[in-house]
Amino acid sequence: MPDVMYPEEQQQIQTICQRLAKDSNAKAVLLIAKDGQTIADAGETGHLDVTSLASLTAGNVAATGGISKLLAEKEFTSQYHEGERTHIHISLVHQRAILVVLFDERSSLGLVRLRVKKAADELGRIFDAVNRKAQSHQAPSIFSEITDDDIDNLFND
Amino acid sequence: MSFINYSSREINCKIVYYGPGLCGKTTNLQYIYAKTNPEAKGKMISLATETERTLFFDFLPLSLGEIRGFRTRFHLYTVPGQVFYDASRKLILKGVDGVVFVADSQIERMEANIESLDNLRVNLAEQGYNLDRLPYVVQYNKRDLPNAAPLEQLKTLLNPTRAPEFEAVATTGFGVFDTLKAVAKLVLTELRRGG
Repeated sequence: MPDVMYPEEQQQIQTICQRLAKDSNAKAVLLIAKDGQTIADAGETGHLDVTSLASLTAGNVAATGGISKLLAEKEFTSQYHEGERTHIHISLVHQRAILVVLFDERSSLGLVRLRVKKAADELGRIFDAVNRKAQSHQAPSIFSEITDDDIDNLFND
Repeated sequence: MSFINYSSREINCKIVYYGPGLCGKTTNLQYIYAKTNPEAKGKMISLATETERTLFFDFLPLSLGEIRGFRTRFHLYTVPGQVFYDASRKLILKGVDGVVFVADSQIERMEANIESLDNLRVNLAEQGYNLDRLPYVVQYNKRDLPNAAPLEQLKTLLNPTRAPEFEAVATTGFGVFDTLKAVAKLVLTELRRGG
């Protein structure tokens, strides 16, 4: 996962997540960096604590990755948790980000898996594009403009 | 690894509180959570055992305000301090931007402090980090206890590189925000440097 995100690619990612939510009849879709930062969300997320969900999911994926190492497996690319009303499908996108789909009886695991695969391929291509842009494009970093005063001002209570 | 989103104009950074079991890492986060305005914090998550020992991690998202129109968000994590949770500690260090080492000042915990600090260096190295190059501060916690070791002894043993260091009593909050501010400033300064 790139460590920057630009408006153009963010919009493309958002569109893919929205389409995935619609095409898979999901309640919500989240795209999360492997360290737990939320990149995009779509669907019925108003009632969700997205930040907490992202952090816990990333922890879950990290723990599963640790288990795969112990078992000499390259990785477990997806997980599925079945609840009474809500189910959750978690998958790694090109080993760089985590795609989370929350769904209920309006959808099925098979449909979600199918749609996730297509979305993951598209997302992978966008990540590559962002990485290329971040490396070649001399985007002015906001950090070069930050002064000591800016940092100090954050902590003025 | 910090994540800069030019679309939502956000800077996200990850800070990890490290240290031996029962040194007060979770207590640091609990104090920060209790004393932070509701609009600046998210929900604090603790994955703990029934006896309130950290099992995987604690997590607290904080919003510090804006820099040049970018909202700065810090995700604070603790690791489980107990020795046998080493695999979990390694996972939590992934993508770290800054580290707080919380030392237990009690003289009988000195060995545990040293062991945990060594463990931090090893686990960071496994992820390709060098503690001496990371934004890093040391907190000497539990300074109020009668069996606390002299400060100079702690400094010599636990902070030979003279990273910024703070005395603290996390249960009362003394030193807690000083520690957080120091590491957050170092993280932002490092980002400016292009780290």
